[in-house]
Amino acid sequence: MSRLRRLADLRNLSLVGVLAVLIAVGGFTKPDEFLSTDNLQLVLTQASVIGVVTVGVTFVITSGGIDLSVGAIVALASVWATTLATQDYGLGGILLCAVLVGLGCGLVNGVLIAYGGMVPFIATLAMLASGRGLALQISDGKTQVVTVNQVLDLGLPDAYVLGIPPLVMIFAAVTVVGWLVLNRTTFGRRTVAIGGNAEAARLAGIDVRRQRLMLYLLSGLCCGVAAFMLVVLTGSGQNTNGNLYELDAIAAAIIGGTLLSGGRGTITGSVLGVLVFTTITNLFALNNLQSDVQQIAKGAIIVAAVLVQKGRSTP
Amino acid sequence: MRYAKSSSATTSRRNLLLGTAAAGAMFAAGCTSNENNDDGDNAKQAANTANDKPGKAVTIGFAGPQADHGWLNAINEQAKRRAKEYKDVTLEATEGSNDTAQQIGQIETLINKKVDVLVILPADGKALTQVGLKAMRAGIPVVNLDRIFASPQAYRCWIGGDNYGMGLNAGRYIGEQLKGKKNAKVIELAGIDNLELTRQRTEGFNDALKNYPNIKKVGRQAAEFTVESGQAKMAQLLQAHSDFDALWNHDDDQGVGAERAIKQAGRDDFLMVGGAGAKHAMDAIKAGNSVLKATVLYPPTMAASAIDLARALGQGKGVGGLAELEIPASLTLYSAVVTKDNVDEYLPTGFS
Repeated sequence: MSRLRRLADLRNLSLVGVLAVLIAVGGFTKPDEFLSTDNLQLVLTQASVIGVVTVGVTFVITSGGIDLSVGAIVALASVWATTLATQDYGLGGILLCAVLVGLGCGLVNGVLIAYGGMVPFIATLAMLASGRGLALQISDGKTQVVTVNQVLDLGLPDAYVLGIPPLVMIFAAVTVVGWLVLNRTTFGRRTVAIGGNAEAARLAGIDVRRQRLMLYLLSGLCCGVAAFMLVVLTGSGQNTNGNLYELDAIAAAIIGGTLLSGGRGTITGSVLGVLVFTTITNLFALNNLQSDVQQIAKGAIIVAAVLVQKGRSTP
Repeated sequence: MRYAKSSSATTSRRNLLLGTAAAGAMFAAGCTSNENNDDGDNAKQAANTANDKPGKAVTIGFAGPQADHGWLNAINEQAKRRAKEYKDVTLEATEGSNDTAQQIGQIETLINKKVDVLVILPADGKALTQVGLKAMRAGIPVVNLDRIFASPQAYRCWIGGDNYGMGLNAGRYIGEQLKGKKNAKVIELAGIDNLELTRQRTEGFNDALKNYPNIKKVGRQAAEFTVESGQAKMAQLLQAHSDFDALWNHDDDQGVGAERAIKQAGRDDFLMVGGAGAKHAMDAIKAGNSVLKATVLYPPTMAASAIDLARALGQGKGVGGLAELEIPASLTLYSAVVTKDNVDEYLPTGFS
C-alpha cells in the first residue's frame, strides 16, 4: 500500500516539472525581479490565502464531496470580523470571529449534507448564495477598513520572522497539519475510505455521517482562517472577498492529483497546484501581460496538467 | 432609523429657520430695492422650471444594479435621499441586481405599476436597451443613469459620468506634476478590463500622456474593482517596476487594497492618483501622509441629479438656471481632480 501511495505522490513530479519550467521562464525573462527575495515572499504570500482554503477543499473532495461555498464563507467571515474592527475589538476578537463564522457555515453545510441527506453540490451552492447575500447585508455594500494596528502590522515586513511573512507561516502550518491528518491519522484514512466507497466504509464500521459533518466543519474552519489572513493582507473586509475561490481551490486540488470522484487526495499536490497558479499570475504581471492573456493561459495550463496526469495514470 | 428621523426633524427645523430668514431678507429687499421691473418675467420663468416647492405628485421608479461596491452603494443612497427631500415624489425602488434578466423583470414590474417616470442604471446598458424602449413606448419617460443604452430612443434623458474625461484629467494632472522630469515613468492599475468604461478611462489617460513626451507608460494591470484584487495586482506591479514616478488607479475601492500593497512593500517614491472620489481617499489626500495625492471624480451625486430630472420630467418642467422649457437630452458630469488644495470643497460628496 505504502509503495502505491508513494507512486501516487510521484504524480506530483509533473507539477514540480511545470513549476520548474515556470521558474526557469521567470528567471530567464526577468532575472532581477523574479528571483528576488521580495518577489518570492510575494508569491508565497499571495498563495497563502487561497492555499489554506484549498487544503480544506482537498479533504472534502477526497471524501467524494464538494464545497462550492468556500469563497462566500471567506467573504462572510471577513466582513463579519471587520465589523468588530470598528468596535474596539482587538486581534484576538477578530480572529475568533472569523474562525467561528467559518465553523458555523461549515456546520450548516455538514448538517444539511450528512444528516439532511442533501447533495453536497446543492447544499453548498445554497450556502454560496446566502453567504454572499449575508455578507452584502452586514457590510451594506461598503468596504470596511480595519484600523486595529495589531492586525495591520501582521502584514507588514516588520512582522516577518527570518524573512518569512506570518501569513506564509500560517499557510505552511496548515499544509503540514493537513498532510499529517490526511496521511497519518484514522481521520485521514476514513476520509479516503468514504470517498472510495461510502457503503463499504459504513459496513466497515465507520460513522459516515459524523465523518462527513467533520469534513465540512474542517473546510469551514480553513475558510475562517483564510478570511482572517485576507483581512490582514488587505487591511479591510469586503463582500466581494474570496471571489471565485471555489473554482480556484477545486482547480488547484484537481491538477494536484485529487480525484473529483473521491477516494484519492494529496495535500502536496494541491499546494503545488496553488503555487503553479500564483507563479503564473506573478510571471505575467512581471512581463506586463494583460488579463485576457492570463486567463487563456490559466485555462490552457489546467487542461495540460490534467492531460499529463491522465497520460501517466492510464497505461 | 431613529437617526434618520431625528436628522430629518433637524433639517426641517433648519429649513423653517432658513425660510423665515429668507422671507425676512426678501421683505427687506422688497422695501429697499427699486428694481422691480422684471419681477413678472422671473415669476413666469419660475413657474416653468423645477424648484423645491411641491408640485404635481410624481411616482418615480428606480432600478439600479446590485450595490456590491462603494460607488454603486452611494448611487442608491443618493437617489433615495434626494427622493425623500421632495414631498411630491414617491420612489418605487427595486432590489438591485447584476443579472440582466432579473433587472429586465424588475423594470417591467415598474412599467406595469404605471410609474410616472423611470430612472434606470442598467447593469449592462446594451442588454437593457429593449426594456428601455418598452418603457418609452408605454409613455413612461426614462432617465438613463450612467451606463448608456444602445439606442437614443430608449431614453428621454441621459445623465452620467465621463470615463474618458476621467482618464484625461488623471493623465493631465500627472503630466503637470512630472513636467520637469526627464524619462518619467508611469503605471496604471485599471479596473475590470471587459467593461467599456475601463477602456475609455485608459484611452483618455493615454491621450493625455501624448502631450508629455517626457513621460512613458511602462506598466498596466487590470484589477476587478475589489480591495482584494487591488492588493494583489498592485503588489505584482510594484515587483515588476522597481522605480516609477506616478501611478493612476482607476478606482478608490480597489485603491484600499492598492495602498495596502504599497505600504507592505514599503514604497513611497512615487505619487498616486485615484479615481471615483471615495471618502477614505479624500481623507488620505487631506492628511497628505501617503503616496495618494489626488483623486479624479466620478460623482455618485449623479443619482440625486437623476431624481431631480425625473421629477422635472414628471411635472413637465425645465431645469432652473438653464434657459430651457424642457430638460436636456443628455448631461455629462465633469471629472474634477481633487487635490489637497480643494479637498475640503469636495469632502461632503465623498462616499464610504
